[in-house]
Amino acid sequence: MRRLGPQNWRKSYTLKRECFNQMSNGILVFIEHKGGVANRTSVEAIAAAQAFGSEVTAVVLGADVAGLAQEIAAYDVAKVIAATNPKLAEYTPDAYADGMEQIVKQVDPSFVFLTHTYQVRDFAPKLAARFGKSLISDCIRAKADGGKISFTRRIFLGKLDADVVSDGESPVFASFQTGAYRPDQAAKGGGATVENVAVEIGDVRMKPEAPFQEAKQAVDLTKAEVIVAVGRGIKSKDNLVLAERLAEVLGGDLAASRPICDAEWLPIDRQIGSSGQTVAPKLYVALGISGAIQHLVGMKNSGTIVAINKDPEAPIFDIADYGIVGDLFEAVPVLTEEIKKIKGI
Amino acid sequence: MKIIVMMKQVANKDAILRINKDATWIEEGDLSFEVSESDGYALEEALRVREKLGGEVIVCSMGPQRVKSVIKDALARGADRAIHVAGDNLTHLTPYAAASILVDAIRDEKPDLIMTGLQSDDYGYGQTGVIMAELLGLPHATIVIELDAAADKLRVKRELESGWYQWYEMPLPSLLTIQSGISQIRYATLKGIMAAKKKEIKEVTPSAELVGRPSHQRVEKIYLPQKMKQTQMLGNGDAKAGAAELAQKLHVEARVF
Repeated sequence: MRRLGPQNWRKSYTLKRECFNQMSNGILVFIEHKGGVANRTSVEAIAAAQAFGSEVTAVVLGADVAGLAQEIAAYDVAKVIAATNPKLAEYTPDAYADGMEQIVKQVDPSFVFLTHTYQVRDFAPKLAARFGKSLISDCIRAKADGGKISFTRRIFLGKLDADVVSDGESPVFASFQTGAYRPDQAAKGGGATVENVAVEIGDVRMKPEAPFQEAKQAVDLTKAEVIVAVGRGIKSKDNLVLAERLAEVLGGDLAASRPICDAEWLPIDRQIGSSGQTVAPKLYVALGISGAIQHLVGMKNSGTIVAINKDPEAPIFDIADYGIVGDLFEAVPVLTEEIKKIKGI
Repeated sequence: MKIIVMMKQVANKDAILRINKDATWIEEGDLSFEVSESDGYALEEALRVREKLGGEVIVCSMGPQRVKSVIKDALARGADRAIHVAGDNLTHLTPYAAASILVDAIRDEKPDLIMTGLQSDDYGYGQTGVIMAELLGLPHATIVIELDAAADKLRVKRELESGWYQWYEMPLPSLLTIQSGISQIRYATLKGIMAAKKKEIKEVTPSAELVGRPSHQRVEKIYLPQKMKQTQMLGNGDAKAGAAELAQKLHVEARVF
């Protein structure tokens, strides 16, 4: 999934270069940060923008983001804008929409690119609405085709892809799914200029408290070599024992998709996905997990992926190395026994 | 407190989706539908706020006549009345267009609180709620996983990434998008189902001007995702045989144990 975007894109890009040269005002890229430290995934939006061969301007918002702006200026971008106001010291959708609106109007870009993080989901639709439009959200790739640019996004919880084209005036707002591009694809440059812009921020109506982590995460699945994960298909808490036995013979850890943790069949620190842990074990076994995007982003970089699911159309099969279409209650006990035999335990 | 819950009807999660011949959408003819998952949680949370503070819960859904089943179910679970924004040409609106029409339909209600799911299970744009807030001039909070409502303000717990959370204090009126799993969804009781039959469903037709506005984006085609990997499918329908083969493959080919 992560490698698909830029490769396809570059191919069509070389053919359609003239189309991009018409984008005189280039691409504005939003950089998210936490206390002045850039969010790694934001840099992916720089990689996405660079693949278009158009002028890239990056923007960071905050009370004091001089250091971060300098850091971003090391990428191959034309300019970094540090948009500052004391009201931007902590993230709120009101303050960020105000700040970004002014920068978008000032730069007047053809495109505004963002990475589809929870923060972007919170403020970017509000920003786009101020320009009378929506955001083309959660894209997995973009390509130039016949003089127009089409963005691909997953629909129906990952079961289908949709190509979306923009017919309206610029700017086009688009956000890219985390992992659609790799941060290390973002090219470094000779040092871009940094422009400081003091932005005006109106009323901030919501009052945020400090972010926190629920309980100390008791389970660190990021270090696990083998993970056996269960989804809705496990049907009841009592059936978890099947997955536990398999995890045991493989020497792995038990994990789950969101619905299982929502139902409190397993604690939340065993949740894999965008709201849980992101893992990349040597072996990932997905039992009764259909593979919604939110789950896939948390495990798609695993070494070997096994999926057992009754639905042959389940998106999990798209990223699996081995798949069994069928009843997990039949397959898992056999799999566990066969592994025991091979291991001689 | 007057609460409006925006609920969308989508294809059933387990439905086998078939792409239509123009490759613009799915074949809907023989499809079963259900409420988008997180919208169901939004309704549950609204009912709980009403139980605590009193007031009224109004459910609002947009689409062809089939969305009445979502509305009736919400009324059976305890919503007081409903607004159906009816039309056969409202399925493929951009989030901005959908929000514009929905805002038009509910504006006169002057709700204290609007709640909806964080994103729909079909298009999954995750924007209609936020854009509605902007068009109504209301503050919003997204991906809310816990809600503490008082008569004059809200405290909401927002989910951030990687196991982080953050509480926000929100004034009223405002709009919240609700994360799935915020609470246990109640079932409709027989009494609720009977009572729902007497509840008001106001049908409104969006103005032709709003529906006909030129769109700034459109879906050109839909298709099955290109496969990222060569998946070896094992067992050919026999799960047990597949499992035995899988154990061998994991040992000999993938060498993961």
